[in-house]
Amino acid sequence: MSGSNENSGTRTIRVGALARVEGEGALHLVMRGDEVERVHLEIYEPPRFFEAFLRGRDYHEVPDITARICGICPIAYQSASCYALEKAMGVFDQTAGDPAIQSLRDLIYCGEWIESHVLHMFMLHLPDFLGYESSITMAADHAPLVKRALRVKKVGNQIVSLLGGRSVHPVGMCVGGFHRAPDESAVAALLPEVRACIDEMTELTLFVAEHVEYPHLERDYEFVALSPEKGYPMNLGRIRSNKGLDLAQEEFGDAIQERHVEHSTALHSVIKGRGSYMVGPLARLNLAADRLHPRAAELLPKVIGLLKQDLPWRNNFLSLPARGLETVHALALAADILESYRRPTKSRVAITSRAGRGAHGTEAPRGICWHTYETHDDGTIKSARIVPPTAQNQITIEEDLAEFARRVVDLPDEEAALKCEHLIRNYDPCISCSVHFLKFRRTRVPLETLGRNAAR
Amino acid sequence: MPGHTISLLPKPKLAVFKFSSCDGCQLSLLNLEDELLDLVGAIDIAFFLEARRATMPPPYDIGLVEGSISTPEEAERIHQVRRDCKFLVAIGACATSGGIQALRNWASVEEFTSCVYAKPEYIKTLDTATPIASHVFVDFELRGCPVNQHQLLELLSALLVGRKPNISTHSVCIECKRQGFPCVMVTKGEPCLGPITNAGCEALCPGCGRACYGCFGPMEQPNVTSLGAWFLKKQHRSPRDMKHMLRSYNGYLEPFKKASDHYERLERE
Repeated sequence: MSGSNENSGTRTIRVGALARVEGEGALHLVMRGDEVERVHLEIYEPPRFFEAFLRGRDYHEVPDITARICGICPIAYQSASCYALEKAMGVFDQTAGDPAIQSLRDLIYCGEWIESHVLHMFMLHLPDFLGYESSITMAADHAPLVKRALRVKKVGNQIVSLLGGRSVHPVGMCVGGFHRAPDESAVAALLPEVRACIDEMTELTLFVAEHVEYPHLERDYEFVALSPEKGYPMNLGRIRSNKGLDLAQEEFGDAIQERHVEHSTALHSVIKGRGSYMVGPLARLNLAADRLHPRAAELLPKVIGLLKQDLPWRNNFLSLPARGLETVHALALAADILESYRRPTKSRVAITSRAGRGAHGTEAPRGICWHTYETHDDGTIKSARIVPPTAQNQITIEEDLAEFARRVVDLPDEEAALKCEHLIRNYDPCISCSVHFLKFRRTRVPLETLGRNAAR
Repeated sequence: MPGHTISLLPKPKLAVFKFSSCDGCQLSLLNLEDELLDLVGAIDIAFFLEARRATMPPPYDIGLVEGSISTPEEAERIHQVRRDCKFLVAIGACATSGGIQALRNWASVEEFTSCVYAKPEYIKTLDTATPIASHVFVDFELRGCPVNQHQLLELLSALLVGRKPNISTHSVCIECKRQGFPCVMVTKGEPCLGPITNAGCEALCPGCGRACYGCFGPMEQPNVTSLGAWFLKKQHRSPRDMKHMLRSYNGYLEPFKKASDHYERLERE
């Protein structure tokens, strides 16, 4: 709905709640004629105070608790909590250095990338590009496409369940490794379907590269992602950007500034002295395309050819094919891990509680999810700080919107709102995470149309 | 989808609402990959913002509510949701117990706010996070953090044909024994909440070799006192350990709440 703003000469457009995102928020544009005066991505997901109530809990309870920040990417929270606390307990070198534990951590994360990326690509994002209100109506015209996507999504959830018992808030991972390594028979049973899904996802990615028209919005982003010694960004590595940022994991907290603004319960992050930045699939692909699994690497030139867009991609609407490539990567990596799997004799390292401090970020499907903890000598949590991906992208989303809104100013309210929502969904915003949902509100000052608009 | 069936009756309308939560329980619906297209054939998804932009006006035949009530706006909105739904189901630990965020109920929200936010004056929140049934009449509750998607499907199937949903009310121990898992309390001395926790997870944690942490909340009439005495005497756990075990994802639900308050008093003595 829309209506006149109380201020004379302004126009407010409110469009329900932003759909097909995870969590609650709103968009508020203030416009004067064709010029965008102010853009606020309002996030009013209720605060749940995880960082406050973690204090005093035992370190080993943390990964299960932080998983509850987000039902879509619990592994991101579990893995960042585990690595950060393994650092605090002085066992990080043992867990990160243990090939068996490390490959299981990569495997379960592959499951989450697959499940989360396919959910976002085909159920939340693609309907925007193809002009449907949801994947439910899209399925009426594109049933085979949706069914194939659901098949791939399911295998992602099965990988998470293999290691964690269930796909939402799995119970397998712990500080020090995994409670239990899966049986070889269960691993062997899953492998053929994972392999079959590599081909399915390859075709689905070619479909989105060939049959989707991408709006053009190029900006000069600072892309930030993990930079591991080998392989594509996921669990380990320093934090680097395309503009020279190069930080140890421990330094990240001091390098960014989190601002608390009135219109959002998510804290906004900027890199100190540099400004806004982008985390997520586009950042990872631009920084590490040469590290993709060979199955995804052989697909990349075909996708580039169909899109007629060389890397780096500076248009986040292309996050759709980027997620496709990453999903192929995650499926192929998962298949490799499953294929070479031998049940390890031990799946976790022993930990003695101590006072310590540890910081670590891993690559959630939407970008870096960074945690830091301090512990008391009995292993209880003294302090916790969690920097989720959507909070880091929030200013960049607002800057994109400021640029994009100029182009949609002549459109009817509802259409303009839809286009802005589409842009927001490029970021796969996980708003439960960042609060730390979206409603659309546009305040306009169209000098000549004053008072013409009626509430819709 | 039974495309050949022609029904003259309108399809039942399903609405899904979110309050303070992680979205994991709604996601459980979207995770029904094999059944999802049949489901949308049998019912109209009338309001489900995480999945679709289009909405249909109330009344809704079935309303699923995820999340707890933790803000003044939510405390208002839940009443409208109740008025809009014929059959209202609270799904998941947040909606049935307050959830993990109910840990604030034992703390100062003012102190919590200043711990997390630089400008506490921007934050509008209630002092407590409480289950849906504390605010409005709820027709059915489905437990779990997250809900079990098979139970969710059973619930919807039962409601569609007008029968009582077949949801177990016994303990996790029964599920664990059925699956033949070794008892983690007997074999490893782990403090397992299985004996007092409602079934529904299929004994996931013991299946992974770890103690149940109670994410489906208390079963009907659990003997918390007896299990607590065992943990304290035989496993040499502290009252603080007991308090923490009970105060997690369903901590604000009786009798976990009362028992955790008891152990807190013991801790202070």
